[in-house]
Amino acid sequence: MQVDDQIRINRETERESQQGRGRPHVATTHGQTKEQPAVKLTTAIVHAGTRRDPRTGSIPVPIYQTATFQHPALGQSTGYDYSRTKNPTREALEDALAQLEVGARGLAFASGMAAIHCVLQLLQPGDHIIVTEDLYGGTYRLFNQVLKLDHTFVDTTDLEAVRAAVRSNTKAILVETPTNPLMKVADVAAIARIAREAGALLIVDNTFLTPYFFRPLELDADIVVHSASKYLAGHNDVVAGAVVAKDPAIGERLFFYQNATGAILGPQDSFLVLRGLKTLALRMEKHQENARRIAGWLRCHPLVNRVHYPGRGGMISFEVVRHELVPQVLARVKLILFAESLGGVETLITFPFTQTHADIPVYVRERLGINDRLLRLSAGIEDAEDLIADLAQALGGGPEVPQDAQESQGPEAPHGAQAPRGVQMPSGNSGSQGRGRDYDYRREGPGGSAGLGRRGSR
Amino acid sequence: MKFGTKLLHTGYEVDPVTGAAAIPIYQVSTFDQPALDRPGPFDYARSGNPTRQALEKILAELEGPAAAAFAFSSGMAAISTVLMLFQAGDHLVVTEDCYGGTYRLLTRVFRRFNIEATFVDTSEPAAVRAALKEHPNTRALFVETVSNPFLKLTDVRAMAEIAREQGALLIVDNTFLSPYLCRPLEEGADIVVHSATKYLGGHSDLIAGTVAVKTAELAQEVYFLQNAVGAVLGPQDCFLLMRGIKTLKVRMERQCATAAALAAWLAKRPEVREVYYPGVGAMVAFRLVHPSLTGPFVERLKLPLLGVSLGAVETLVAVPARHSHASVPAEERARRGITGDLIRLSVGIEEVEDLLADLEQALRYAAAVAPATH
Repeated sequence: MQVDDQIRINRETERESQQGRGRPHVATTHGQTKEQPAVKLTTAIVHAGTRRDPRTGSIPVPIYQTATFQHPALGQSTGYDYSRTKNPTREALEDALAQLEVGARGLAFASGMAAIHCVLQLLQPGDHIIVTEDLYGGTYRLFNQVLKLDHTFVDTTDLEAVRAAVRSNTKAILVETPTNPLMKVADVAAIARIAREAGALLIVDNTFLTPYFFRPLELDADIVVHSASKYLAGHNDVVAGAVVAKDPAIGERLFFYQNATGAILGPQDSFLVLRGLKTLALRMEKHQENARRIAGWLRCHPLVNRVHYPGRGGMISFEVVRHELVPQVLARVKLILFAESLGGVETLITFPFTQTHADIPVYVRERLGINDRLLRLSAGIEDAEDLIADLAQALGGGPEVPQDAQESQGPEAPHGAQAPRGVQMPSGNSGSQGRGRDYDYRREGPGGSAGLGRRGSR
Repeated sequence: MKFGTKLLHTGYEVDPVTGAAAIPIYQVSTFDQPALDRPGPFDYARSGNPTRQALEKILAELEGPAAAAFAFSSGMAAISTVLMLFQAGDHLVVTEDCYGGTYRLLTRVFRRFNIEATFVDTSEPAAVRAALKEHPNTRALFVETVSNPFLKLTDVRAMAEIAREQGALLIVDNTFLSPYLCRPLEEGADIVVHSATKYLGGHSDLIAGTVAVKTAELAQEVYFLQNAVGAVLGPQDCFLLMRGIKTLKVRMERQCATAAALAAWLAKRPEVREVYYPGVGAMVAFRLVHPSLTGPFVERLKLPLLGVSLGAVETLVAVPARHSHASVPAEERARRGITGDLIRLSVGIEEVEDLLADLEQALRYAAAVAPATH
């Protein structure tokens, strides 16, 4: 798109906020707004949060480090009263989130857990929820130990299992795709149909793929949640969570709980997530390119048994041939950091067996394929050859560092990310609806895990 | 060490690596681990962040005999997390004119989980005991040291005695007094909560909440919930809160002295029907002779900012029925006397003469333009 200086994107005026949030608009210099012509998603991301400070013309939204706002007069408001309820910096981020996920309302939280906790407030005690069996342990802990919701774990890649788990009191289905750490991919559109028939909400944790690769609301999911600490912020420098609701009424209910329970994201962190979003497209392309090359190289390595990589995104897990290689790799990596979390520009490696899934009984972990030989890698945006060289020296005994490590394209995920109306996707990202071939998985394990993760992150 | 010194020298405010006199802002999500069998002190910033840890240690020091303290993304997040300690079927006795957000939380969020609350005048210990008789399942007393907006004092020691007899927890919201004026853990409370947005932060520039607990057992439970639910305070806001705490004593000394002077002055004004000032703290509420004075009065004020919140260096004026208690149903507000003629001042650190002059001109103006009221 030619960025015309007469064009404003996503400028939240009073009038627009009544019409709908987070929708791209253009305005002429005379202040008339109209629907914006097709804008590529990458362009919209870059302009998120701009044109919000007409007084100074500042390109980025200012960091409004304020608790409260002066009222012009009694009974009047600037639209901002108290920052827990609404803060201009957080609002810029929330609008950008809604725009990226193509939803009606975006909300930013103090952490991914705080975001999911807010969404789970929509359920009542006695309601039943179906969840992906190898769900992030923190989410499991939240409804098992804090909210004590009635729940059933299913392999959400198995549609029959999902359908069979539906009960009369099933009020929600919570899907993580791809799963953590085994990268199993669910058919969100099909699960949305099951949820619709059951009268249940479909909640999708889109942390691993981000709206750049996958937009569940377009496939009829109701709510998307993110640990925005990961790819959305993307720099290993923020703890944050995000929720986007497709329906304005659900968005309003979630806003009630956000404001009432107050687990909001502060202005500095809101600014940093927004800043991270601007490079989401560039980063995700590079994360994916690196992940494909690393996955391809790992597959040829004699000390690696299996590689789990769904062909999309930047996350890989792989199984080495014997446990002794695990501490060796973690101790020897020089460039790659041994740390929890994922989705940052720096490559991270972690050991799910004790780092994120330690509280699961060993036999369950083994059954799910989360064994003492499995490592998980979050591919950063360094040069792929440097990363492969680091892994090569850490693993030892493998092929020389290839200059031409074969890229693993992997199967197309069945998510079927399609361009939203008025937004053209970058080339090469439109997925197919069908389930992809499984050639990426050497010998796929039977399922996933429900990690408890004593302290930390995904 | 005296309190005012402790505010500046808790021992946690210096970066141990560089010696920097202020703790760095650790804008980080995750931490590199030394080796598989040697975990580092931090793994993920929701679970622990060095900036937040320094703040939490300072908060624990300020609250007296605290086992630990915790920082949250807002006062409501702090209170929500504490309320998650309770189970379905549990009952709480709560200060009647508590903050509207706390009222909303109890009646619209936690009631769904079958956690019941009875609102009583906790400045009357007999009223609290009577509520216990009707609800033998009372697991906690949740009191505000100074109620909002009528600024009634609750006797923490008396509440602690009742809680002990009942085997219930005593939770104290000490936002209006701050640990400079009152340390409830020293008087037998089990948990202290703050909207740290107010006096602790003190500059109208951050949203934050804190929890301090007396015992290691409670510390473990609250830590579990802080980490599991994740409503943590970000590092920038942690830093600003630590920075605010350094001037807590000097700010509050000035604010309290000015509040006492304004309260005495307001009591003599013909435009004012009643003044609510408990003799401690820096909040003053008063009732104008007629609600029609309210609009002209607050709009004519030049120095106080019209807005919600309190506890800042700038004087703030609010109309509780429209602001802090707007989330309380109208009939409940009317029953409690939270009506349109009630004004609340959060007294800042401006010169008292300037504030008096400003109040006087606004009161005169309001009385002159308002319809006949006597």
